[in-house]
Amino acid sequence: MKGIVYIPADAAALSVGAERVAQALAREAGRRSLQMRVARNGSRGLFWLEPLVEVATPRGRIAYGPVSPQDVPSLFDAGFLDGGAHPLRLGPTEEIPYLKRQERLTFARVGITDPLSLEDYAAHGGWNGLKHALEMTGKDIVEAMVESGLRGRGGAAFPAGIKWRTALGASADQKYIACNADEGDSGTYSDRMIMEGDPFVLIEGMTIAAVAVGATQGYVYLRSEYPHAERALNGAIAAATKAGFLGDDVLGSGKGFSLEVRRGAGAYICGEETAMLESLEGKRGMVRYKPPLPAIQGLFGKPTVINNVITFASVPIILDKGAAYYRDFGMGRSRGTLPFQLAGNIKHGGLVEKAFGLTLRELLYDYGGGSATGRPIRAVQVGGPLGAFLPESQFDTPLDYEAFAKLGAMIGHGGVVSFDDTVDMARMARYAMEFCSIESCGKCTPCRIGSTRGVEVIERIMSGEQREANITLLRDLCETMVDGSLCAMGGMTPFPVLSALDHFPEDFGSNPANKPAKAA
Amino acid sequence: MSEPELSAEEVEAVEHVLAEHRLRPGALLPILHAIQDRLGFIPPTTLPRIADAVNLSRAEVHGVITFYHDFRTAPPGRHLLQLCRAESCQAMGCDRLEASVKARLNIDFYETTADGAVTLEPVYCLGNCALSPAIMIDGELHGRVSAEKFEQLLQTELGST
Repeated sequence: MKGIVYIPADAAALSVGAERVAQALAREAGRRSLQMRVARNGSRGLFWLEPLVEVATPRGRIAYGPVSPQDVPSLFDAGFLDGGAHPLRLGPTEEIPYLKRQERLTFARVGITDPLSLEDYAAHGGWNGLKHALEMTGKDIVEAMVESGLRGRGGAAFPAGIKWRTALGASADQKYIACNADEGDSGTYSDRMIMEGDPFVLIEGMTIAAVAVGATQGYVYLRSEYPHAERALNGAIAAATKAGFLGDDVLGSGKGFSLEVRRGAGAYICGEETAMLESLEGKRGMVRYKPPLPAIQGLFGKPTVINNVITFASVPIILDKGAAYYRDFGMGRSRGTLPFQLAGNIKHGGLVEKAFGLTLRELLYDYGGGSATGRPIRAVQVGGPLGAFLPESQFDTPLDYEAFAKLGAMIGHGGVVSFDDTVDMARMARYAMEFCSIESCGKCTPCRIGSTRGVEVIERIMSGEQREANITLLRDLCETMVDGSLCAMGGMTPFPVLSALDHFPEDFGSNPANKPAKAA
Repeated sequence: MSEPELSAEEVEAVEHVLAEHRLRPGALLPILHAIQDRLGFIPPTTLPRIADAVNLSRAEVHGVITFYHDFRTAPPGRHLLQLCRAESCQAMGCDRLEASVKARLNIDFYETTADGAVTLEPVYCLGNCALSPAIMIDGELHGRVSAEKFEQLLQTELGST
């Protein structure tokens, strides 16, 4: 029997040596004259176990990890091709508790299939959603999306179906689908994992959107920091086009949809949807005023559906299994699942796709296993550089859009960055302002100038210069930024700053009683 | 200010890129990327030609080049080292890594080592946040980069001593 060994080609797995392990396995198999095929899959998202090697056995896949090239001879000695015992043996992959307790809808295939195999994709339920969509009217597809409760996974959480409905209702000679793949938030990597690990699901989701609203051209606006994803997407688009899933006549439906990857150029602001449109048009990524809504007047002035990678990647399962199936996961107005991403100082960093409603504490400890350094987790930043820092007293908050909004926090794109008790929260607040000053598009004064002044004020507070007066000034500045900025960059940078100040005043050497006059 | 003249090959590369991309909708970013992919940077001397090809003013093209962090108007070193300094990497000590990398290479961000081997740039998230701190060398990602691991990478990936 020819053994099949799976080793991820995911960029994160490669970053800790997956390629060297793959080569070592092939070499050792050759030396022992063993028949073995190395298959390259996406990552299961259990990153502390990467490079994770899986072996296909009659009892399912057996996992070993983290494997280094030096472990390879002993794996063969242990008969790992038949699932033999070894200190690195983790048992059946699907039984690893971290994975077993997840609800993988959007990530159903990631880590299991060969990302660029159309055969694998179809064998694991691929294209069923598109096939259903092609039998439906645009209106019915849009209503199914509304019914599913899917909200934009990029951060703003706007109901996707409503956006689609607006674009469907707009009449124009040309409409566009634009996928926001400018995943710039620190602590997030779910878009990257989908694009590298299951690019066809994104293509299918975008094609369904095109069929629904009558768009014929799509763009994936991909950040330049993701070269592996660019290669995977371009490979997948070429394969899908050749096989008739994209092109002038999608699956013989008479409907056309072409897709193209456009590379960003290292500007965080281009994750803001209107700045992204400007960038796609070949301009500086300057934020636009809204209205007009992009769904009515978007790319090149035409109706454009803009969603994030995870949003589009969640569409096929909704059209395949029905809106109710998806909607039945979750809590409150947060329906379905979210692929959370555990990051920063965390023992078991990785991707956890769960229905909304579990608590931050469960995520950090039941999945994350506490901090990587073994010290207490002191603060957690959820939702990227514009998200609030949460102290331990808020860890029991359920992961739900509204529950987080109530705290002045946000779930955003689902990134969870953990910090241990060595973190200096005044430095983190200063960094939030510094990041805004580096990445501001420059259109609004509160964001462009306010962020630079913010860095200076926080530095004065840190050096003990007129502490109370400067804290008052900082709060005032934050209020101006919140109220006076056009987009979330300037409007939400104050969230991490104020949450650091409110929950960790001791790091600013201030009087804890100095609370804001007006809560953000 | 005198700009070095472009070689015949460089002129040919730019013309090739313009012929290939100029008619695409929103062509400017693809054009700038394609030139930089081929030449390593966007020579300022090519600016009038680019502007002419896409029917924009030189000021507009200059505005786009300078807006985006990625675009360079001077040649980089033989290797590009991008060091992430975003929150997740900060939580795992990228500040210390940054200090030791700068000291080891004896350069600051946006500088190139004296031997022309390495250009160092900051980056804000490489999407490797479960394996922080992360760096990227010539498009290849490296995770959990300690000072020791960086020292190894310096030998194996950066051909430096």
